[in-house]
Amino acid sequence: MGPATMSESLIEESILSRPTYGTLKIVPGLAHYFLADASGAECVIRVVQELPRDMLEKVHILYVPTPGEAALITSLYALGAKRFEHFPTIEEAVAKLGDWLSDAKMGSQLYLAGTEGLVGQGVAKGEACGLDHTAVQCEHRGSLARRVQCVHCKTMIEDVTTQPVKCPSCDLLLLVRDHYSRRLAAFQGVCINAEDPSEEIEIKEVFK
Amino acid sequence: MSASDHLIPVVVSNVVEVNPIIKRFEFKHVNGDELPAFSGGAHIVVEMLDDGTKRKNPYSLMSSPFERDQYSISVRRDDTGRGGSKFMHEQVQPGMQMKISAPVNLFALDLRARKHLMIAGGIGITPFIAQMAQADKLGVPFELHYAARSVSQAAYMDSLADRFGDHVSCYCDDQGESVDLEMLLSNQPLGTHVYVCGPKGMIERVVETATSLGWPAAHVHFEHFLAPPVGEPFDVHLAKAGIDITVGAEQSLLEAVEASGTPINCMCRGGACGQCETVVVACEGEIMHNDHWLDEEQRAAKQRIMPCVSRFRGKRLELDL
Repeated sequence: MGPATMSESLIEESILSRPTYGTLKIVPGLAHYFLADASGAECVIRVVQELPRDMLEKVHILYVPTPGEAALITSLYALGAKRFEHFPTIEEAVAKLGDWLSDAKMGSQLYLAGTEGLVGQGVAKGEACGLDHTAVQCEHRGSLARRVQCVHCKTMIEDVTTQPVKCPSCDLLLLVRDHYSRRLAAFQGVCINAEDPSEEIEIKEVFK
Repeated sequence: MSASDHLIPVVVSNVVEVNPIIKRFEFKHVNGDELPAFSGGAHIVVEMLDDGTKRKNPYSLMSSPFERDQYSISVRRDDTGRGGSKFMHEQVQPGMQMKISAPVNLFALDLRARKHLMIAGGIGITPFIAQMAQADKLGVPFELHYAARSVSQAAYMDSLADRFGDHVSCYCDDQGESVDLEMLLSNQPLGTHVYVCGPKGMIERVVETATSLGWPAAHVHFEHFLAPPVGEPFDVHLAKAGIDITVGAEQSLLEAVEASGTPINCMCRGGACGQCETVVVACEGEIMHNDHWLDEEQRAAKQRIMPCVSRFRGKRLELDL
């Protein structure tokens, strides 16, 4: 995906496993499920406010606000969806998405918008609930911070912005690869100085 | 090379009149060997030697994939067709030796499905009988919705209802019953796959309804074998072989190519699988594309033809065979 695409995502083209994202667009469906964080809220507002009133009966929105922020909650609530709920963490919102999808029917569509951590965990939950990948749309907004799995001790590290990153659990210095696991919704972090642990490597902030 | 090049010698072990228009044929290997393994939805090609004409028609296997000592197929008699089903109904008797191809499956269950929703119309029931045996044994939820014109034509309806109980719902046109597709397809849990086999109109209605409700295409499966249509005889030049052949009125182009001894790929012989796709070297005239394989653009370009079901009318057709 090039920089000139409509999604305003800053993700550069890389290896095949590195996800790229599109732009949310309503498609035919029995029900429309949305999950967004503060950086993705505007995407939800953009597509839902275009819908005819009778379609709002089919719209269900989950939201993870930035702490202390209220204006977007008000705007999202005002869209008039059948259900709107917000949660302080991605984990809780994704768990709620799982509850909703466990009762959902074939023909449901899932729309995810915001940071990669939220989008990736939403994709994984959708798949776990039986949604086909073609029924899931993603739009990336906001930070390029990565969710990283330390491949050595399996610890999940949220909001990684540096290259390399130190694993908070096993202390290994990890190279954050573009190699991405859809199942785990995480990039793979691999020890960068395994042969010579005394080697000093400069830590730079690269995922902003 | 194709599946029907390596035929299996079988003996007709049983012929059962299911109703006035449908007969069931059972085959065993001539040596009593186990027949090749298959999965629900697979078909075989049956070779018929009908008074000098060699026909090869595909039929879905309806026997259980877990029973390999015999295969069963059901054939609906079509008196307006090319004569294959008529041959099966009139000529094939128990004890007769025939040849069949190994099974090929173009209509398999998607084993990732959390539930299999099967919709059958008329003789389209046959692949589902094998699939239900498979789904039942695997312990995956399934549901069959089976529609037929009348009670008397509804082959196996009673026995399936007995065998699979609540998994089976039946509808007969002459009783004013029909499947409410909108309702049915609006109430399936996530991860359901739908399968439809029956008349063209039924397949189109299921695909259209599912698509409009937002079902992903990968969850919608259908099988529609076409019988090669009859038509006017026509001549074809086979460029590589350097020969001219004539396709008879009741013969398919594929059968005529095979009869000339020219090698050609093929599998389903019914316009569905794409194996026999052939390059058109020259075409002065009209190709009657009868297949489900080529898209509108490819049809208009006249550079490809599916010899199993398509025909030609015009001055000259030259194929890369």
